Amino acid sequence: MTALTIKNLNVWFGAHHDRVDAVRGANFEVQVGESFGLVGESGSGKSTILKAITGLAPTWSGDISVEGTPLSGAKRDRAFYKTVQMVFQDPYASLHPRHTVDQVLSETLQLHGFKDIDTRVVKLLDDVGLGGKFRFRYPHQISGGQRQRVAVARALAGEPDILLLDEPTSALDVSVQAEILNLLTDLRDEHKLTYLMVSHDLPVIGHMCDRLAVMKDGEIVEVMDSEDLRQGTAKHDYSRSLLAASAAA
Amino acid sequence: MSLLEVENLWVRFPTRQGIFDAVRGVSFNLERERLGIVGESGSGKSMTGRAILRLIRKPGIVEADSIKLEGQNLLDLSEPEMREVRGQKISMVMQDPKFSLNPVMTIGDQIMEAYLLHNNTSKAQARVKAIEMLEAVSIRDPERVMRAYPHEMSGGMGQRIMIAMMLIPDPQILIADEPTSALDVSVQRQVLDIMDGLVKKRGMGLIFISHDLNLVSEFCDRVLIMYAGRIVEVCDADKLHEAKHPYTQGLLNSLPRLDQPKKYLEVLQRDEAWTKEDSVRGTR
Repeated sequence: MTALTIKNLNVWFGAHHDRVDAVRGANFEVQVGESFGLVGESGSGKSTILKAITGLAPTWSGDISVEGTPLSGAKRDRAFYKTVQMVFQDPYASLHPRHTVDQVLSETLQLHGFKDIDTRVVKLLDDVGLGGKFRFRYPHQISGGQRQRVAVARALAGEPDILLLDEPTSALDVSVQAEILNLLTDLRDEHKLTYLMVSHDLPVIGHMCDRLAVMKDGEIVEVMDSEDLRQGTAKHDYSRSLLAASAAA
Repeated sequence: MSLLEVENLWVRFPTRQGIFDAVRGVSFNLERERLGIVGESGSGKSMTGRAILRLIRKPGIVEADSIKLEGQNLLDLSEPEMREVRGQKISMVMQDPKFSLNPVMTIGDQIMEAYLLHNNTSKAQARVKAIEMLEAVSIRDPERVMRAYPHEMSGGMGQRIMIAMMLIPDPQILIADEPTSALDVSVQRQVLDIMDGLVKKRGMGLIFISHDLNLVSEFCDRVLIMYAGRIVEVCDADKLHEAKHPYTQGLLNSLPRLDQPKKYLEVLQRDEAWTKEDSVRGTR
């Protein structure tokens, strides 16, 4: 079964002469349990695809379906949020500075309609490798890696099937990045999750994903297996130049 | 005599919990070379760069036995004298061009301002020089860029403009604090190539501060690895992958690699002893 189907997706911002076509004619499918990567330079439209899926970019056309259910417009129902959740790039910006970890998680759990909030908060913190001592801390009292763990815990609160990961480690140090990527690997096994991961870092995508799409100027230029990425057998010129640039750096 | 000699540098910040030492007794020198400083966030690498230019604001405290620029101890200079050094002799490029360019001034005006401040010449002359500088950092159509505002520029162009501005007074030392971290890999290369060319052509000394080990090992001549405010290891950049300190090895091993797929990445195991070791001297 496919977890996500994107067919002929166009996303644009603005109207008339101000119109910017951020994504043009994107097509790809993500199977259940798969980890799929989107790579490209900034401005290539990779994050915009995630925004269109979650309803944060209201102006789009084409077909997006989640587990067989087609989406439309910018409105998403409760069932959608139970299926799809997102982790954002910068944990410094995505957590409320005046809410404790406990508040962040219990509010989310309440919105998902759970009753046993107390036990679930403990369980969530446990799942992401944070002990109970972090429960009543504010975001400024914990490190960047720990914040990103809280953001992941919040995404997991509704027991979703699909996680959209928008550059989840690019604001973190390499040593912390390794911890978060390992955590994501574990969580995917434990919770049978499907990942759609956006990154500009090819080695990270190669490490985390089974397949990936390379984007340039709003278009997907190539969909390939990570194995091809490792072997350096990209077909499209642009993918090859991206690979060369990241191998050199 | 070295271009720059830093002897026993400390940067301290008083906090409610007592004094926090951000940089703890660091010594190194810089010749006409590309010196990399790497470490995680909080390791004191940026503070070291800022301390050299005496850019640490109160209540921060900078202490050192000496910071010598061609024999001249910068700590003895008065603030107006220091202002002569900043820009003229030592320039700094910051991480994000979005925050270091003035948003309400055209690029041309900003570059010309930098030039006119340091040289007693006409505006027309400054304009010629500014265009020349933009060309030096490979900006196509410099006439158009001169009239543009920073928000009309991409990140890579913004960073090249910053470098152009820093190079106008022809400094002897360029301190680049994460100059390419906000840029894409493909643009990163261009900016590095430009900096490399300029360092070679003008015989400048470059201090390149970065958290990206691979980038530093490829781009620099020598690398200082910092941890918790100290230099834990000094090595030649091309031998970084043979580094001996467990911290450096840990950082290198935690990077995902395309040629070595594995299920789990290695996680850096920190050792309390690393923070207690004496700082390694980064001189030669």
